[in-house]
Amino acid sequence: MVADTSTHTTKPSIGDYLRNNIREYGLLVALVIIMLFFQFVTSGVLFRPVNITNLVLQNSFIVIMALGMLLIIVAGHIDLSVGSIVAFVGAISAIMLVKWGLPAIVVVPACLVVGGIMGAAQGYWVAYQKIPSFIVTLAGMLVFRGMTYVVLGGRPIGPFPKDFQILSTGFVPDFLYFLNPSPEIIKNMVALVAVLALVGYAIYAGLRNRRINEQHGTENEPFVFFAVQMAVIGVVALFIGFQLSTYRGLPNVLIVMGVLIAAYTFVTTRSTIGRRVYAMGGNEKATKLSGINTERLTFYAFVNMGVLAALAGMIITARLNSATPKAGVGFELDVIAACFIGGASASGGVGKITGAVIGAFIMGVMNNGMSIMGIGIDYQQLIKGLVLLAAVFFDVYNKNKGKG
Amino acid sequence: MDNIILEMRGITKTFPGVKALDNVSFKVREGEIHALVGENGAGKSTLMKVLSGVYPAGTYEGEIHYDSEERRFSTIADSEELGIIIIHQELALVPLLSIAENIFLGNEIADKGVIHWPQTFARTQELLKKVGLTESPATLITDIGVGKQQLVEIAKALSKKVRLLILDEPTASLNENDSDALLKLLMEFRNQGMTSIIISHKLNEIKKVADQITILRDGGTVETLDCHKEDISEDRIIKGMVGRAMEDRYPPREPKIGDTLLEVKNWNVYHQHHRDRQFLHDVSFTVRAGEVVGIAGLMGAGRTETAMSIFGKSWGHKITGEVTMRGQPVDVSTIPRAIKAGLAYVTEDRKQLGLVLINNIKENTTLANLSAVAANGVIDERQERKVAGDYRTKLRIRSHSIYQEAVNLSGGNQQKVVLSKWLFTNPEVLILDEPTRGIDIGAKYEIYTIINQLAAEGKGILMISSEMPELLGTCDRIYVMNEGRIVAELSKEEASQESIMRAIMRSGEKH
Repeated sequence: MVADTSTHTTKPSIGDYLRNNIREYGLLVALVIIMLFFQFVTSGVLFRPVNITNLVLQNSFIVIMALGMLLIIVAGHIDLSVGSIVAFVGAISAIMLVKWGLPAIVVVPACLVVGGIMGAAQGYWVAYQKIPSFIVTLAGMLVFRGMTYVVLGGRPIGPFPKDFQILSTGFVPDFLYFLNPSPEIIKNMVALVAVLALVGYAIYAGLRNRRINEQHGTENEPFVFFAVQMAVIGVVALFIGFQLSTYRGLPNVLIVMGVLIAAYTFVTTRSTIGRRVYAMGGNEKATKLSGINTERLTFYAFVNMGVLAALAGMIITARLNSATPKAGVGFELDVIAACFIGGASASGGVGKITGAVIGAFIMGVMNNGMSIMGIGIDYQQLIKGLVLLAAVFFDVYNKNKGKG
Repeated sequence: MDNIILEMRGITKTFPGVKALDNVSFKVREGEIHALVGENGAGKSTLMKVLSGVYPAGTYEGEIHYDSEERRFSTIADSEELGIIIIHQELALVPLLSIAENIFLGNEIADKGVIHWPQTFARTQELLKKVGLTESPATLITDIGVGKQQLVEIAKALSKKVRLLILDEPTASLNENDSDALLKLLMEFRNQGMTSIIISHKLNEIKKVADQITILRDGGTVETLDCHKEDISEDRIIKGMVGRAMEDRYPPREPKIGDTLLEVKNWNVYHQHHRDRQFLHDVSFTVRAGEVVGIAGLMGAGRTETAMSIFGKSWGHKITGEVTMRGQPVDVSTIPRAIKAGLAYVTEDRKQLGLVLINNIKENTTLANLSAVAANGVIDERQERKVAGDYRTKLRIRSHSIYQEAVNLSGGNQQKVVLSKWLFTNPEVLILDEPTRGIDIGAKYEIYTIINQLAAEGKGILMISSEMPELLGTCDRIYVMNEGRIVAELSKEEASQESIMRAIMRSGEKH
């Protein structure tokens, strides 16, 4: 009824804007607060170069899987099997590399294909046979875990050849060493230059976007917000980049992760496929009646998830330098939690890649910070559970308040 | 009869930024049927929510007097206790529970939490008899039609010792027979001394049953008409609702009819769920360029099913028959193919099947033809904005921008967004299924104007509607369907409410 009569536009005040977008800023603010909190209580250990590197290595696979999981959740589904896919792909990569002696350049693509097939095997039942994804992937979780035990015969396999380990423990070589102004402090110039370039581009792209919006009369966020946001992100990124440059530079995994985040952000915000997934999650019947092949979209969302889980599986296996049947247990929960903390809706149609990534980092920083503090795994779980609940409550609370 | 049971005085209710009710006064006499009419957004539902305690006392200004005492309801339970029962437009029944369970939901006949089933069933049987239903109390809600579900809602109200029954658009989704039955029931209740308030858009029904009519417009009371003192015509009511005399409810049109566009021959379809039951029998029809063709019929006649089975086999199975466009056979076996063949289907259920409610106008507009605003799978934001903006202007969609979410639009504007979506696929033939259901008179007129424009552009329009005056007012030719068959084809001159009903009745006798 309110909307019926509102034909005129009023410029929203800063307060209104904050209220309407509290979720997105809230998430960013929460991450910064959590980081500062752990930086403080760990007496500065959190942001040490070694620890930042560890943080990246430990969480990269959660972030990578969260990208696929976000699409699944936005499409209105769930995938509980990713932890088991991680284990199975780790196992077969070990068999191919260690037992059969195949080179990494063959094994890596082969494993991605296997992951895709595992995703397809589940996507078929969900998309074409209309079995709820919760059930299909619960079955997948058990089946793939069982398969892992079968192929490994219950014993771990390792260690791996160096060229495979590079995937997760390698660093981008310092080919810009000649630009280095003070080699005593900065050990890796590429890290610094890359971060500088990235922050520069982000500011440039942000400003360009605002200009385009202005030209088309689209509402921009107030400039103060834009500036503060850019400043916070820029400072944090530069700080992290500097810290990394004083250690061993950019981990390879970070590059993989960065490229994937950029690609999936693009797909979800700019591509027709992304748009259709959101529409499908919002109202599957209406989307189907609009001539969109919703079955195929669902199917490929699961294939995509399988491929990303396979990549994550290889990264973890390479990092641990051993394939074990128990790898990846409980990962699905961390990944799903990251998406929900990041603002995805359990009923589908809502969620952002940036949200899921920040959600994953919140989980990661908490894991890492609490471990440094020496908090036991029992309390860690308890606290993470409460954070998840609080984040989702925050969503629901905001939504109800919005209804007035 | 002149006992005032309810008086609402000076009710003002504001939402952030909007005054939904402005000093509304409303008086209901005991034992009458009082109709509350007004366009969507006039404040009818808000007023009833104030009355029933959905908006608790203190959140509005003004006084409510009921049974000659001032009342301040803070919850729905408070008003129900005094016998004020409201039945909402969207039925509040649980589909997979039985009639008996639904009627006593939250109000179970139980002893320490243990339900007394024999008594529950006996009471239900009694209540069902009062509303003229013969179903077993154990029947699941999902197994009975919408008309009967509405009666179950009334039975539920009766179980609560109702004195003032409020019905919000009770006949909106009912066919004529079910509506008649419902109205008769209301009149019977009136004879027994019960008071009802009925909110409705169907003026002919109001005329049939109402003792008094109160008209709201833009959150204020316009007038209260006494149907026993003067003869109130539909035009008189409309004049009050829109604030001006509405000379003609249907915009005039000079039909320019061209060649045959869509032809469907011997269309046979089996039921979607009951797989060996044939639902459509040898349905054949044509739609020509520039022509508006209607399909009349009762609920369940197979009109929507005909449309959906043609549109990409979205309904039914074992579908046989031939579809041609401009004389050429076309493949309509999937929705993308049907769209490619030049068909568009605007659904009767815009919220469930037409819109992605949580998406905005822009995203809904381009959904069915997204590739037209994209290159290599990447959406061209600028072009998309332009397309959505153009349709918003052209169809006069009232919203603050193309970024407004569909869920926040009024029914009429939602319907225009669905129309935009399909117009953007550039179809040759549009199938419009109940295009004006649940939208107000002003918006209806705009939709008719759009239909006329489309016809003038040479598109073929196939219009399904349960409102006969609407078909008679807009169509060049009307097919009548009954029980899965086309039973008559009437030219504009032959068509009238009587001739349509006669065709339906006569075909009913044959089978």
